[in-house]
Amino acid sequence: MKRTTLLLGATALAMAPAAVWADAHSERGSSGHLNIIYWQAPSTLNPYLSGGTKEVESASLILESLARFDDTGTMVPWLAADIPTVENGGVSEDLTSITWTIAEGVTWSDGSALTAADFIFTWEYCTHPEGGCAQASSYDGVTAVEAVGDNQVRVVFGSPTPFPYTAFVGSESPVLQAAQFADCLGARAPECTDANFGPIGTGPFVVDDFRPNDVIELSANPNFRFPDRPYFATVTFKGGGDATAAARSVCETGEFDYAWNLQIDPTILADMEAQGNCTVVTAFGTSVERLHLNQTNPDPALGDIRSTAEAGPHPFLTNPIIGQAMSMAIDRALLVEIGYGAGGQPTCNVLPAPELYASTANDACLTQDIAGANALLDEAGIVDTDGDGIREYEGTPISVLYQTSTNAVRQDTQALVKEWWSQIGIDTELRNIDASVFFGGDPASPDTFQKFYADIEMYTNNFAGVDPQAYMANWACDEWPGPDSQWQGSNIQRFCSEEYDALIVEMAGTADLARRGEIARMQNDMLVQSYSIIPLIHRGGVSAHASSIEGIRMSDWDSELWNIMDWRRAE
Amino acid sequence: MLTYTIRRLILAIPTLLFISFIIFLIVKLSPSDPTAGLPLTIPPEVREQIRESLGVNDPVLIQYFKWLKLMVWDEPLHLIEGWTGLNVAPDDGARIISYQTRSPVMDLIVQRMPQTLWVVGTSYIVGILIALPLGIISAYKQYSVFDQVGTFVSMVGFSVPTFFTGVLFIVIFAVHLGWFPSVYDTTHEVTDWDSFVVQVKQIIMPVMVLGLYNASQISRYMRASMLDNLNQDYVRTARAKGLGEQVVVLVHVLRNSMIPVITVIALNIPAVFGGAIITEQVFKVNGIGQLLIIAIQGGDVPVVQTVSVIFAVLIVLFNLLADVLYGVLDPRIRYD
Repeated sequence: MKRTTLLLGATALAMAPAAVWADAHSERGSSGHLNIIYWQAPSTLNPYLSGGTKEVESASLILESLARFDDTGTMVPWLAADIPTVENGGVSEDLTSITWTIAEGVTWSDGSALTAADFIFTWEYCTHPEGGCAQASSYDGVTAVEAVGDNQVRVVFGSPTPFPYTAFVGSESPVLQAAQFADCLGARAPECTDANFGPIGTGPFVVDDFRPNDVIELSANPNFRFPDRPYFATVTFKGGGDATAAARSVCETGEFDYAWNLQIDPTILADMEAQGNCTVVTAFGTSVERLHLNQTNPDPALGDIRSTAEAGPHPFLTNPIIGQAMSMAIDRALLVEIGYGAGGQPTCNVLPAPELYASTANDACLTQDIAGANALLDEAGIVDTDGDGIREYEGTPISVLYQTSTNAVRQDTQALVKEWWSQIGIDTELRNIDASVFFGGDPASPDTFQKFYADIEMYTNNFAGVDPQAYMANWACDEWPGPDSQWQGSNIQRFCSEEYDALIVEMAGTADLARRGEIARMQNDMLVQSYSIIPLIHRGGVSAHASSIEGIRMSDWDSELWNIMDWRRAE
Repeated sequence: MLTYTIRRLILAIPTLLFISFIIFLIVKLSPSDPTAGLPLTIPPEVREQIRESLGVNDPVLIQYFKWLKLMVWDEPLHLIEGWTGLNVAPDDGARIISYQTRSPVMDLIVQRMPQTLWVVGTSYIVGILIALPLGIISAYKQYSVFDQVGTFVSMVGFSVPTFFTGVLFIVIFAVHLGWFPSVYDTTHEVTDWDSFVVQVKQIIMPVMVLGLYNASQISRYMRASMLDNLNQDYVRTARAKGLGEQVVVLVHVLRNSMIPVITVIALNIPAVFGGAIITEQVFKVNGIGQLLIIAIQGGDVPVVQTVSVIFAVLIVLFNLLADVLYGVLDPRIRYD
């Protein structure tokens, strides 16, 4: 109830700022100084040169895009006057172009006007072949960006694009000032240190001092389009330390007002919150901690061809009964309690959100059922024939190698899952690999998650934005990682179904939102019911803010600082 | 002595080249990827483009020689230009560029130096100031209560890791007592008395954590060296001449005992510039140590390489300095 009131208040604030807060505390800068701590420090303020969350979010105080996603995942016009749709004529009938109208009165912090030329430049900047732009996928499929009249930008796609809100939407593809970055195209991008460290933006704050991997000092943008905002006059954005120390500086010593990404022991965080100085906030996007069950044979005896199509199917994990039993044996609620606290919810879907796309067909997995799992295996004739406590499937003992990245929560999860699986007669060997190697993607390393030289592996994945089309296409048959593609490919568990591929094609040609939701739910159900993937935890972002700060609407669909212009300090 | 110094300096060049190459190989051949820390939402093709633009995919030897040329030629010229204002630096703008920040590595180091020198340098001085009297008195009153307590304290200081003492200090002095800040403000400038007090407050915890650690090491050397000298014949002679205890201990014994201690102190100075990786992280000092650890985690080869080689240079130089000092302090030692 309280949260709803807060949200309503904040929405009203966004709609009619002058009317709601007519008192003296509604002026720009009236809330004084804001201290933010990100325990990973931003390396640059140009999100196109670094795809990291810390850079994208810190830059979102300065750089903005045409539209943003609020805390519910709804798109809100930001630099644009409205959201173009097919109905209002902003999106062409054939779905190959979208025309945005730039809102009136938007200027850069140096006072010059924001024009279509800036958007055209930004597109050229990020798609320059020598630039190594980290956000290039935001401009996938875009063949041209052109000016229409004085205040309109048209983004043209090479093929019909049912969800055209990719370029210049969200915190990952903000608009850069053409005048500032004109000499920074392609290979020259790194030479523009001053511009990368102090971009001129349209956002609520301007950079006063940037120290890479350390601290950013910002102050309110004097030319910001809302004359009364931001309410904070200055911001210190400090980086460094670790998550526990960041939580402590907000909840215990009160030195900071906002701390990001507090993935720490839930009981410690709860104790800190109980002291009453801070409020823990969470936002759930699409991140799901999941198990991938290798559908190909990872037997080391196969040498270089293991875990590829050539190796043949997995001796037992291709049988969905075994995957189903494994899933039933897991107590997801306990995993949340031990490892994630407020930052996790049990889930049975690989696509848990937005609401439109979330399936409810698999929710039975939410309750642990070890007896049921045992019965299921017994019925299928998968029993322990030699009395060693481990079931055999067609003569092969069900013994799995279960790997993940090195991380305390993941190792706890591994230990619990191993115990539960032992109760249903499945033997588990655990392994953890340093995150920089596991996720490093080095084709020469045998330990990457793409190579998947194991039976089962666990990690979290998600997608940026709110449209699952590209994400669900990850599980196409031709997306298998393998030696011919340098082990690049997104279908990590090597799932393949013609029916599923047909849905991918259908999705790419469907504009109707309801039908898209239906397709996405069908895709989710096919994946989950193949038991090649076992979703565990729907993970959210966890942050904490001083109790005196109001107006925070944390979003996992955009930068969590997306509405910082509305933040204010309570009396 | 001069010829000796010059000879040593010339010999240092191949040593440093060898060290830099070995460091480069270790960093380069270890499985690290500058794009590994990026969110999984960034597709592999984009990662490949990023790696390509960083030059990660060039042959290792070419990368090494590119780096070496920048390190020994372009960067020193930029440094000279920065100091003197003379326009000597090459105009092509080639610098050693960090993978993470895409900015010149030397600028990062220069930016981090002040807080590292403030914190680690002060802690070293504090450590020495505690260690010398502690070592002298402990040795003079061997096996006394003072000596026993001193030995116990230095053993604790030496064996308890700074990540423990640091957090303990924060919990006691920042959380419970609220005396000092737990986060170091690198942008703070000392301009007057009040800002100096603020600086002292924010620096005191990291300085004491590191200072105690340094003190425990040095005080043991001091004590041992004093003990060696206290039983020498010349001490007995001095006493027999009727000199006061103060003169015997503080002039005769101390001066002789300081020779090895000064060497130890000089040898440890490069560590001051190297920062304190753990303590800097605990107190968010964000100096050279934090720069290095973030670069290692992020697979930022140019930063790791450059910082490590600067350490190597400092270590070689201070080894030479220690040897020279030894000769200056002890007339019996001659190198020529």
